[in-house]
Formats: sequence, structure tokens, C-alpha cells
Amino acid sequence: MGTILEVRDLVKKYNSKIAVDRISFDIQEGEIFSLLGPNGAGKTTTISILSTLIAPTEGYAAVLGYSVTKQPMEVKRLIGVVPQEIALYDDMSALENLNFWGEMYGLTGKALKNRVSEVLEQIELTDRAKERVKTYSGGMKRRVNIGVGLLNKPRLLFMDEPTVGIDPQSRRAILDSVKKLNKSGMTILYTTHYMEEAQELSDRVGVIDHGKLIALGTQSELTAQVGEMDTLILHVGENEDPEHLAQGLRTVQGVLQANPSDHEVALVTPSAEEVLAPVVSRANELGIKIHSVDIREPNLEAVFLHLTGRALRD
Amino acid sequence: MNLRKFFLIALKDLRLILRDKTGLVFMLLAPFALTLGMGALTGRFSGSPQLGISQIPVVIVIQDSGELGQVLVDVFTSEELKELILANLRSDPSEARALVDRDEAAAAIIVPDGFSTSIFSAESAAQVVPVEFYANPTRPTSTGIARSILESFLNEVEIGRVSSKVIVSQLLASGAIQPEQAAAVGAEVSQEVVGNAPSNSSIQLVTGAAETNNIKFDVLAYMAPGMAMLFLMYTITLGGRSLLVESRTGTLARMLISPTNAGYILGGKGFGIFLTAVTQLAIVIGGTSLLFRLQWGDGLGVTLLILAAAFGASGWGILMAALLKTPGQVAITGSAIALLFGILGGSFFDISLLPKWVRSLSMLTPNSWANEGFRILSMGGRLGAIHTHLTVLVLMGAVLYGVGTVMLSRRGLVGK
Ligand SMILES: Nc1ncnc2c1ncn2[C@@H]1O[C@H](COP(=O)(O)OP(=O)(O)OP(=O)(O)O)[C@@H](O)[C@H]1O
Ligand SMILES: [Mg+2]
Repeated sequence: MGTILEVRDLVKKYNSKIAVDRISFDIQEGEIFSLLGPNGAGKTTTISILSTLIAPTEGYAAVLGYSVTKQPMEVKRLIGVVPQEIALYDDMSALENLNFWGEMYGLTGKALKNRVSEVLEQIELTDRAKERVKTYSGGMKRRVNIGVGLLNKPRLLFMDEPTVGIDPQSRRAILDSVKKLNKSGMTILYTTHYMEEAQELSDRVGVIDHGKLIALGTQSELTAQVGEMDTLILHVGENEDPEHLAQGLRTVQGVLQANPSDHEVALVTPSAEEVLAPVVSRANELGIKIHSVDIREPNLEAVFLHLTGRALRD
Repeated sequence: MNLRKFFLIALKDLRLILRDKTGLVFMLLAPFALTLGMGALTGRFSGSPQLGISQIPVVIVIQDSGELGQVLVDVFTSEELKELILANLRSDPSEARALVDRDEAAAAIIVPDGFSTSIFSAESAAQVVPVEFYANPTRPTSTGIARSILESFLNEVEIGRVSSKVIVSQLLASGAIQPEQAAAVGAEVSQEVVGNAPSNSSIQLVTGAAETNNIKFDVLAYMAPGMAMLFLMYTITLGGRSLLVESRTGTLARMLISPTNAGYILGGKGFGIFLTAVTQLAIVIGGTSLLFRLQWGDGLGVTLLILAAAFGASGWGILMAALLKTPGQVAITGSAIALLFGILGGSFFDISLLPKWVRSLSMLTPNSWANEGFRILSMGGRLGAIHTHLTVLVLMGAVLYGVGTVMLSRRGLVGK
């Protein structure tokens, strides 16, 4: 199994704004690789460059040795893309959409027909294939959007936040289908801002923030960066101010970071047991009531927190 | 493979437009309804001409001693036009103009001495003596009809000529000159028209009263092209908009990611606009000839004119997509342009009475060329009589497509 995607020092600038800031990574054939990062991190921009849609300002990227800038046609034949925004014709049915996009990928006649019905099976829409896309639920549209990316049986599939804005069941179905596709031999570059998705799916993860790849490796490699750190999640009441609490806790001995978000404060500390008592008493001093406390094993969320000082979802 | 996708994209666009219900109302229903309404207004269906345009008073002065002068009179007094035109023969040109000035006639047609001779003997257009058409600006529709018949006659007389030998003298009416100056100005204008005419056009004379007597006139056929073209421009707008809609919804990006040459994608989108335009014109023209038994004229001529008009008009759709940023802007600008072009192109009234600069502007619209071409054909003109119209429309389309495509590819179809 060799390298299927090679990315070197990729930069994309929009005037003075740097959307992608010197990113480098490789993906091995057969992997699921996740790019994990918050809104505006540069995930979509990276995918757009890798799928030949936009030109990088600097840097090099290649799919199976074909440069995305110099040999775009070869690259296009090898890849499939599931864009973040649903890109379909609303006034056509799933069947018509798949037929159209299949032909755009050079399929015709019987081959097209067979492939389209295979994909319809895969996305579990065979029975409603003839209804117009605009009558579908968000989850169904997402599935068709994925289906189009599969038509040419790509060796490398880019999936840009394919679960955004859908219900938990549809999301479950999509995550399962990603795993199934990967089992069948497809290499997948998956972007998300959900830590859980990256955690569940990926062999390796790249953490991206403000256009920079700030961490790269297997999940255990990444969590090892956080080392023996524990993450403590303090849940507070509706009316409490997590910001205020976080501020007060930063000065407690043993608390390395305190990050407020909705009704909770996340603490990073070398020892959860040792800081728990002083943290609770500081909260009391501040007059803030802590409802409950979770102690988390090191996870990607903690990695992100550790590296950026911010929670992934803010 | 790429060419196949070019057609695939175009057909997909046609299909999508035909599925858009509001679009369909404007594309197909509206032109039918308006044509029908005008039919009722002009009394074509009730058979009672009093209701609509009929008995248009036209003064004719024949100073020509040759046979063509008489042929013209025969045309205007023919059985076919009996209901429509009330011809009044006079001998004094100034008396004829005075009748128009007093609003007792819609137009005066003055055929000067030597007209026939100049046609029969002229080696170059410069030597042809022009016929004067003196119009009454307060009756634009009637005047337009009379002028169309005259032009049609002149077309029959010499098929294949570029120059128009009609002078529309409305300077007087607009108050630019005094009546007593009219004659002098008239002479000047004729000189100018003749002087501007291409000198190397050959004259193919179609002689014989039998041939030239064939001029038909149907008020509906006179108005229908204007309506068809008006709504054609609306369709074009839909087409131009679809490019920006696809850029916004990401389907354009998806096409660009597929192994397809970007040029074929853009070309396919452009061809889609053209295809939609052709379809609309064909349906409107086919439909009105079946339903209202409208005579659009020479089949080959009509077919070619449909293609040329659709091409010329589609160019504007591409240009709009290239110049504007959002689908909403195209929709608003498109409606405004459709209306403006409709007015300038003579869909609503005869624009030969408007100031010269307006008439020059109108030459930029596909509407004016197509309307006139269709009118010539519906009055019995043949392919040869509209070759200028065809050429201009095709050139217009080629230039606009060229400019639009270059601008679009410079700008980048998706954000770079
Ligand atoms: N065409 C553009 N012009 C200017 N700035 C842009 C353009 N496209 C993206 N950006 C900027 O580049 C940065 C990265 O955007 P990008 O869409 O790649 O982020 P993302 O990680 O996909 O975010 P999200 O999770 O919201 O999809 C953002 O700050 C964005 O505003
Ligand atoms: Mg994105």
C-alpha cells in the first residue's frame, strides 16, 4: 500500500487573508484520514485545491503522482468529491441527478445504468429514486450528494463535512457507510469539526486551525501529546457565568488551562484528583454552583484544547 | 466524449427550464395569451374589422411614369389588403403631406418620377430613386403597418438589396423643421439615404405584377413576432441566470471537478440558452400557426430566422451572466432589458417615428432585426429578403458569445 495523496507546503491566500497556511501531509492507500478543525479553519479550501477546483498560491499536491495543477484530468479521474454544500439539481430526481453526473464522469449506456442502480442501493434510496430532490429530507439529500461522489468508483474520496445539519440517525447511517466504503478499499479524506467523528472513523488525523496543520498522527500519537493530562469538565447551572468561573480557576494550583463554553468549563490538569478539591472551593468563593464534574480520558478534544487553548466547537 | 457532455449540459438546462412553472408561464403561455388578446383586439377572430385596425388611410402619389408605380398602387388596392388599407390617390405631393399633417391619413407614399427607370436601369444602388414614406407620428401602429407593406413591396421589387429606399420624414412632425422647408430637407434626406447605400449590391429584378401582387398582410402576424421576441428575451434571462445559480449552488464546481474540459462546460451552458431560445420560438411560432392559423411565411426563411434570432438574443444572456454577479441581479436586469429591447425593437409600436438616435439604438437589439425579418416573411417575402437580418443576428450572437465567454473565463467560473 503506497502513498495515494501527497501534500507539500500548500498555501492559499485571498488577498491578504491566508486560508491555507503551508500544509503538508500524506495519505496512504486504504486509510481514512480526517482533517479536524473548527469553522473557517481551511478544510474546504484544502479540498478545493486537492480536487483541482482552485489553484494553490504556493505548494504542491499530487494524487498517485499526478500533480493537481499540472495533470488535473488524471487527478479528476481518480478522485470523487462530496462537497460540503449539497450540489444537486433540486428539480430533478435522484435518478436523473445520478444519470447526469454519471455521464459527466463518462459513463454511458448499460454501464451507467448499472452503476446508478448500485449507488442507489448503497445510499438506500432505490425506492424513492424517481422523486424530485427538492421533496427529500436533509438526510436524503446528503445521501444523494454522497452518491454522486461515488459514481466513478474513485480510489480516493474527499468528503467535506458530509454530516452537517442532519438528524442523528442519518448521521449514523452516513458514518457507517463511510466505514463500509473504506472496507471495500476506498481511501477517504474526511473533514469534520466533530471530534467524535474523527475519533470514530479515522486511522490518522490532521488537526487544522487558522489554515495551519497544528497536529498530525494516529489518535494515540496525538493524545500522547497531551501526555498524562486529564480533562475535567465542570457543568454549571443555566444562570451561571462559565467565563467568570474559568477566569477564577486559572489561578488555582495545578490548573493549566480553563476554557469556558456553554454551561461548562473545561480544565486541563496533570492530576484530576489533586485539583478537584481546590477547584470546588474556589467556585464556592465565587458563588458559582458546580452541578457535576466529568473526568475525560485524553481525546482529540483535549488535544485541540491543549494546542489552541480553545474548544473545538465555539 | 467532451462534445457529448456539451450536449448533455445543454439538454439538462433545457429540461430544467421547461420544468420551472413560472418560467413556462412567461415563456409559452404569455406570448400565446398576448397574441390571442391582440387577435381579439384587432377583430381577427370575431370577423368584425371595426373593432381593430382596419381601413388605414394611406395617400399615394405616383409621379413615376414607369410600370412599378402602378404595381405599387395595385398592391395597396389589392383584394388582400382591401379591408386593411384605404388607399387615396393624389397627384400633388405637398397635398398628400398636408393630409397626413392634418391627421386625415396615416401616411403618404410618394413615388417620384424615374423610380421604375432607375430600378430597371440602375447598375448601382446609388442611382436608385428613393420612394418617400411620409409618416403620421400620432398613429404609430397604422403607420408601421403601411410602412411594412411598402417595404415588403420594395423587397419584392429587388430581392437581395441591402439599402432601404424608404425615407421616413418625420422631422416635420417632430417640429424640427417648418413645413415650407420640408421639400428641401426631403431631398437632402433622400440624397443621404442613397449616398449611404452600398454601391456594389446587385439588383435582381423580379418583374411582373403577378409576383408583386402577392403581398399578404395579417395584423396578427404583424404583431406576433414582437411578442415572441419580447418573451424570448425573458427566456434568455433565465438562461443567463442559470449559470450564476449553478455557480452558487455548487453544481458548476461539481462539473468542473468532473473530468470535463472547462471550455465544454461553459459552451454547454451557452448552448443550453440557445437551445431553450430556439425551443421557445419554435413552440410559439408553431403554436400560433396551428392555433390561430397565423401565416409566418416561407418555411426555410422562418426556420433560419428562428435560429438566428435565438442565437443573437442568447448572446445577451451570456453577456448578462458575465457582467452581473448574482442570479437576482440577472433577473432584474433581464426583465428591464427585455422590456427596453421590446420597446426599442418595435414590439409595442413602430419606432421609425422616434428620434434618429433611438432608431440607431434599436439596431443593437435582436428584437428589431428579428421583428422586421418575421414581418417581411409573413408578408410573403422570401429568404433573400431577410439575409441582412440573418447576418446581423448571427454576427450579434457571435460577438456577444465571444465577449461573454472571454469575460467569464477571465473571471473564473468559481471563486479562485
Ligand atoms: N473565495 C474566498 N475569498 C476570500 N476568503 C475566503 C474564500 N474562501 C474561503 N475564504 C476564507 O478562508 C478561510 C477558510 O475557509 P474554509 O471554507 O476553507 O474553512 P472550513 O474549514 O471549510 O470552514 P467550515 O467548517 O465553516 O466549512 C475562511 O476564513 C474563509 O473566510
Ligand atoms: Mg468548509
